[in-house]
Amino acid sequence: MNDALLGGFVDAAVQSSHAFRAALSVLSQPGNIRDLSGAVPPAPLSVAAGVLLLTLCDGTTPLHLAGAFDCAPVRDWITFHCGAPLVSAEAAVFALGDWQALQPLGQFAIGLPDYPDRAATLIVEMPALEAKGAVLRGPGIADVAYLSLPEVAAFQANRALFPLGFDCFFTCGTKVAALPRSTYVEAV
Amino acid sequence: MYVAVKGGERAIDNAHAWLAEERRGDLGVAELSVAQIRAQLSLAVNRVMAEGSLYDPDLAALAIKQARGDLIEAIFLIRAYRTTLPRLGASCPVDTAEMAVIRRISATFKDLPGGQVLGPTFDYTHRLLDFKLAAEGEVSQAATAPAAMEAVPHVMAMLDRDGMIEAEPLGNDVPADLTREPMELPGSRALRLQAITRGDEGFILSMAYSTQRGYGRTHAFVGELRIGAVAVEMEIPELGFAVEIGEIELTECETVNQFKGSKTEPPQFTRGYGLVFGQTERKAIAMSLVDRSLRWAELGEDYTGAPAQDEEFVLMHADNVQATGFLEHIKLPHYVDFQSELELVRRLRAEVFATQEAAE
Amino acid sequence: MTDQAYNFAYLDEQTKRMIRRAILKGVAVPGYQVPFASREMPMPYGWGTGGVQVTAACLTPDDTLKVIDQGADDTTNAVSIRKFFQRTAGVAVTEATAEATLIQTRHRIPEAALTTGQILVYQVPIPEPLRFLEPRETETRKMHELEEYGLIHVKLYEDIARHGTIATSYAYPVKVEGRYVMDPSPIPKFDNPKLSNSPALQLFGAGREQRIYALPPFTHVVSLDFDDHPFEPSKAPHDCDLCGAGESYLDEVIIDDLGGRMFVCSDTDFCRTRCEAGHLGALGVPVLKGGA
Repeated sequence: MNDALLGGFVDAAVQSSHAFRAALSVLSQPGNIRDLSGAVPPAPLSVAAGVLLLTLCDGTTPLHLAGAFDCAPVRDWITFHCGAPLVSAEAAVFALGDWQALQPLGQFAIGLPDYPDRAATLIVEMPALEAKGAVLRGPGIADVAYLSLPEVAAFQANRALFPLGFDCFFTCGTKVAALPRSTYVEAV
Repeated sequence: MYVAVKGGERAIDNAHAWLAEERRGDLGVAELSVAQIRAQLSLAVNRVMAEGSLYDPDLAALAIKQARGDLIEAIFLIRAYRTTLPRLGASCPVDTAEMAVIRRISATFKDLPGGQVLGPTFDYTHRLLDFKLAAEGEVSQAATAPAAMEAVPHVMAMLDRDGMIEAEPLGNDVPADLTREPMELPGSRALRLQAITRGDEGFILSMAYSTQRGYGRTHAFVGELRIGAVAVEMEIPELGFAVEIGEIELTECETVNQFKGSKTEPPQFTRGYGLVFGQTERKAIAMSLVDRSLRWAELGEDYTGAPAQDEEFVLMHADNVQATGFLEHIKLPHYVDFQSELELVRRLRAEVFATQEAAE
Repeated sequence: MTDQAYNFAYLDEQTKRMIRRAILKGVAVPGYQVPFASREMPMPYGWGTGGVQVTAACLTPDDTLKVIDQGADDTTNAVSIRKFFQRTAGVAVTEATAEATLIQTRHRIPEAALTTGQILVYQVPIPEPLRFLEPRETETRKMHELEEYGLIHVKLYEDIARHGTIATSYAYPVKVEGRYVMDPSPIPKFDNPKLSNSPALQLFGAGREQRIYALPPFTHVVSLDFDDHPFEPSKAPHDCDLCGAGESYLDEVIIDDLGGRMFVCSDTDFCRTRCEAGHLGALGVPVLKGGA
């Protein structure tokens, strides 16, 4: 059993600095996959998702838990370690869940025309994460990159909203990848 | 032979050591203590607390000593320290009606409940240098009277009872905090008041003065100016009630301004508000004038293009820590950009000369 | 050794999280200025507080930091900022561009090509490229929203009408990925081409103005121009008098009061590396390898 009080960072300043650099690296180079470590969150939360939450969320960032992730052990762990208020999808700055549970995507904030930064960041828990599959082009990518996205159409629709749109991290075990709204996605 | 300038680090260390020596000054003169600054330069301490946004007279006095009396530098020291402090919570709003006043005057009524209390003011001093202070100063004893037990109600509350002044109902909104969120304009009145109370005294003074001279005139009367100590209370969730955690000195100014109204809407006076840490009445009065002039839109007045009506202009330029930093940064090296300009101007001049020659 | 009185890299963790979230949104919308709740730092506004906050939010103990001002590692403000991070973060420092994992800069992009994994942090005084055409933030925000960039083209065109050429020589505006017009900070326009398609991540921090923006690696950045007046990077028409480099940006140094001057690389690391490799300019003296 995973106690809600356990599994946080031991040395928050240093561990979160490494975690942020990994997050920054994958978001600024879509298709890249990095490892995150340092947290031991309760199931079904992956290590990578747990580390992202500890690194980016706090009392000022409303968080939406979707589907199976909206369970007592995860809620308690987040409340103790991050203090993020748990909210509905519409009010979320961050949202966490598997791809199915996060649907419909239209419920998430995509930013305002004058403040496109006020858009949700989705942390999508994945059954697998590999640098193959959908073809990625755009900022952060020299030529093309590949990522095993859960689908293609949703990200094409999101790109069409640019500079509005949501941004995604994908997590699986200790692995993390990302797809900012700026990336053009095509099926293989 | 040219050798690139080196030794920046040693130059900086030496400059700091020299600065420390200059700060201490003549060793034949006794060193100034922080306690002396706190006690005897209290109005400077108050200004540093107000614009530094941190109520701590000892730290403000220390900052003044460290800054060699440069108050903007002292304010900067306090601000930089304050951002490192953890936020444990927010206090309840202070109740200035419960203030233990040391000074309370109203310009709008000859006498009123609670009375006119002159207090420790420069107002009627003749500005003659007091050479006795240059010698060892004697301690003068002021006459004392027992503290009045009588409550000192706000003048505004009395006007409000008769509907003579615009109502200012209590709200439950959490005010914005420009030290925690980037400033977004247009801002709420609470945000503006926060920016002004932290703003540079000289800037706010000049803005207020400009409204008196006609750049956005608001016909202000000082309804009331009060200075004194108020209790600071905080809700303790574990206890379920508020407890007093300390006491701070404040200056509050409320102005009664030009009325609004129409044939259908009965005319009412309008308000300007100033609240500043410590005994800082010039700032509090100025603040209430600037607050009032920035309220033109919500009161249905015309924008006349006056600087003190321009929220973005006032709020973006009121902060002296920002202003002094950016002003003084132009003494940093800019030779790369200047080189770029040199090349451009040389080229443009060459082209002009070439055209002139071709024409001749 | 780090100063134990302060958190790693000075800022508290909540402030770092706030800045980190702003950086990530900046990366997601290249060229867009993300508002952030800039803190008062222990150095004055206008002296790199934005860059310092971005650097503090990015640093890990494993980083090797380089700080330059005007291209030089030994200018006083660069020395001061480098010392601040040595003291508060205990990171390794270097003057060698290639060895640095994070470079904080004021007014220059290093001459040596940057590489994947490096982060270049710019100190930005006025992040708004439209600010000197329209002083109101409320107006310029609307102009970015509507992609109303006509004003800036008019300004550049007026230059051409008056001077026959675009008379902006630094802080030369760029367009990012065909969307946002961005201020590249006051770098000389000579450096503008290096903004585009860089393998490094470029982050921009404006502390006083409370804005962060970003160029992810391999982002398409175009300097604004006209078909009949294309953008031209420019530099002094000389070679470096110390190392002989013909393609580096040069500082002009006055060496006497009779009009004497020499031209030296603004990038001190680039120049020293060339001198050590045996390159010699007109006024240079050979460097003794391994000498004191």
